[in-house]
Amino acid sequence: MNRNVGIVIVSHSPDVAKGAADMVRQMVGKEVPLAWCGGNPDGGLGTSVDAIEKALQTAWSDRGVVIMVDMGGAETNSEMAIERLPDKKRAKVVVCNAPIVEGSVMAATESSGGSPLEKVRRAAEELYPRM
Amino acid sequence: MSQYPIAPLATSSTALTHEGGLHARPSIMLTQLANRFSAKVWIGLSDSGPWTDAKSIARVMALKTPCHTMLFFAAEGNDAGDAVIALVRLVQSDFTNSRDQ
Repeated sequence: MNRNVGIVIVSHSPDVAKGAADMVRQMVGKEVPLAWCGGNPDGGLGTSVDAIEKALQTAWSDRGVVIMVDMGGAETNSEMAIERLPDKKRAKVVVCNAPIVEGSVMAATESSGGSPLEKVRRAAEELYPRM
Repeated sequence: MSQYPIAPLATSSTALTHEGGLHARPSIMLTQLANRFSAKVWIGLSDSGPWTDAKSIARVMALKTPCHTMLFFAAEGNDAGDAVIALVRLVQSDFTNSRDQ
């Protein structure tokens, strides 16, 4: 079991998602379970529930997982992916309301110190009040 | 406010010489280090504050501290002394202390 909260980055663009994940890895380190996904199955811009579901498995931690999204469908598809999880896991996943790049780095920094799910979410959302 | 150091157990200061100041990566390293201690840890740009929670990445980054600024650390708790020593060392090492130290 990983002792740190996991991070899933979901963007309409695979380049954005991968770039944000690269920043997390290089700036924060490898102590945080991390996965990203982006683009639709045809190779265009978009998000896919299946891909998000897979990313949730990759970055899974029993401490929980935060999902960082860019906009619109990324959020609704993330919520659909969460719905597919068994009850026990579902309660441990939250979608953050924060900019995808800055929020991912801040969430990962907080997670790397072993903070619990709610604290990791707060770190990501700290400077960005809910709209 | 009780979240600020009223009578911190340990204080220390050092000059920030890192080129570019306390930008993203140094802020992350500083926050990660501060989080290893159970003590409450604050960072300030003067010895009388205002004080910022050194464990909050968002707040430390928001300081946008430029190079050649004096950094003040204050800590309160069992390992307060170790915390301020470690933070000063990190800054004085020009943030070359690896995260695996």
